[in-house]
Amino acid sequence: MQLALFLIFGGLAVAGALNLLLQRHPINSALSLVVVMMSLAVLYWSLGAEFLAASQVIVYSGAIMVFFVFVIMLLNAGEEERTTGSRAAYLVGFPGAAAIFCLLSFVFLSERKALGYTNIGGYLNHVTSNISEISTILFTKLLLPFEVTSILILVAILGAVVLARKEQ
Amino acid sequence: MSAQVPIAAYLILAAVLFSTGVAAFLIKRNLITIFMSIELMLNAVNLTFVAFAHMWHQLSGQIFVFFVMVVAAAEAAVGLAIIIAIFRTRETLNVDQIDLMKS
Amino acid sequence: MSHLSPFQTFLLLSILKVAVVTVLTLMAVAYTVLLERKFLGRIQNRWGPSRVGPFGLMQPMADGIKLFLKEDLLPIAAERPLFIAAPIIALTCALISIAVVPFGGMQTVKGVEMFNIADLNIGLLVILGITSIGVYGIALSGWSSNNKFSLLGSLRATSQMISYELALGLSLVGVVLHAQSLSLRDIVNSQGAHGAWSWNILGGGQIVAFFIYIMAAYAETNRAPFDLPEAESELVAGYHTEYSSMKFAMFFMAEYANMITVSCVASLLFFGGASSPLGHLLPADFGGPILSAIFPILWFVAKVLAFLLLFIWVRGTLPRFRYDQLMSFGWKFLLPLAMANIIVTSLVIALRS
Repeated sequence: MQLALFLIFGGLAVAGALNLLLQRHPINSALSLVVVMMSLAVLYWSLGAEFLAASQVIVYSGAIMVFFVFVIMLLNAGEEERTTGSRAAYLVGFPGAAAIFCLLSFVFLSERKALGYTNIGGYLNHVTSNISEISTILFTKLLLPFEVTSILILVAILGAVVLARKEQ
Repeated sequence: MSAQVPIAAYLILAAVLFSTGVAAFLIKRNLITIFMSIELMLNAVNLTFVAFAHMWHQLSGQIFVFFVMVVAAAEAAVGLAIIIAIFRTRETLNVDQIDLMKS
Repeated sequence: MSHLSPFQTFLLLSILKVAVVTVLTLMAVAYTVLLERKFLGRIQNRWGPSRVGPFGLMQPMADGIKLFLKEDLLPIAAERPLFIAAPIIALTCALISIAVVPFGGMQTVKGVEMFNIADLNIGLLVILGITSIGVYGIALSGWSSNNKFSLLGSLRATSQMISYELALGLSLVGVVLHAQSLSLRDIVNSQGAHGAWSWNILGGGQIVAFFIYIMAAYAETNRAPFDLPEAESELVAGYHTEYSSMKFAMFFMAEYANMITVSCVASLLFFGGASSPLGHLLPADFGGPILSAIFPILWFVAKVLAFLLLFIWVRGTLPRFRYDQLMSFGWKFLLPLAMANIIVTSLVIALRS
């Protein structure tokens, strides 16, 4: 079960990420990013984080990416054109990304024994959901960071309104 | 019956997503797509947090992901507003043409 | 069934449940269209469809055949893949959310719950998430049609749905505070104690939340009086202007399936779902085991039907809002009211405990 979920949705996530990289039109990239986020939500769920899975769908794919699609539609952004800058970026980009990937996977594979295995049973058939545990921690130990982030959101809303408004 | 998946597999998946995000960030020339590849990198990091939270049976990792999501939402709102403002003055989204401070 | 392992029993029963519920939902969608046409006809002092079959009961079949046989037009300037994908996204998202709705009492056969496809502990969040994914169907349909009317309609629909989703989500928080759970089954059970008096709308004191929810739900399903995205006097037909044949039928079915989902959620959260309004006045095993399993379903269907009739009644009665009125109503009235409702509800709960 865990293996099947991982293979299907991990594969979908990688395919979506590669499609984001290869597509020329921003709206296709945005939709492939939505696919990545939805499959990550399933992976979160299989790792026993069902609240995060739901909020990933609601916040990321339901709100943030809808804003991206909305802005692309509103600005009527066309396909990107290739320039001299993009050729230099190709020369730097692919080797750099490959180097990062090799470094990370080398570290993870060399620590493979210490990292252990996932288990799906017993974690998902929990009687108490992890929502109540998360909320207990969030509203007692981490109350101050929680309130500070809410102020951050308020500032972001005001900033977005000021920036996007037409100047008189 | 069910085969187990090592935590390292989840971490390597996150590494694949993260390096794809880095590549897209460097290669893409459209401002909105570049912004989206930042979101992809954030998502990849979130996956490692959730995998480690599962490994240690602790909720701190999940709560950190929660905060990352909130900050990403704020970042997306301000970032898209900036993109709209740029598009209004420069009428282009190509990063090669919006590299000047003054027009 | 004794030779089957528990997992196989679970699999077989689940497939059976999914098949039955899908067929029933599609039938319900078809007959909601007929109900709307009949009821709207009576409101406007005419008959409504009455030619096909007795009382026009075969009209949905005739409509289906008509839409299926029409030519499927594909505009040259349209973005082909997205143009085809958009109605599929819309219909799928509208149909999936019925999976977490418990539409009957707790009846288990061999450890599998019969009247609920999946009882998730995040059921309410799943419904909200699927609703927010449904926005893509509408946004993409307008953009990929390459038509100004479609684009304007879908921009309107998207911004309207995003804005009202906030009020919708916040209006549900009071109910969740009462039930202390996000599982729809638990929310229904928390209202089942004393019949109608323990329903959230009466005993729970969530009547304000109910009105916020129902207004936001009208906007969320793009129904009158908030049907600006398809305002025919301004935008031809809004985001589905360029669609024909089965693709149009998919958008049409998605709208009605969304109506049904929203009515289901309203009756689950505020009207006790499948619980009877009489409470313990009727004994629990009234009329034998089969009747006592069927009665909750009848209550649920009756409540959903009442909400559907309310939808149609509102459509037949109220004129359309202007766009700026719609936005200021959502942001300046419903949203603050929903927040005030949360504060009052949590204060009451804190003082009581």
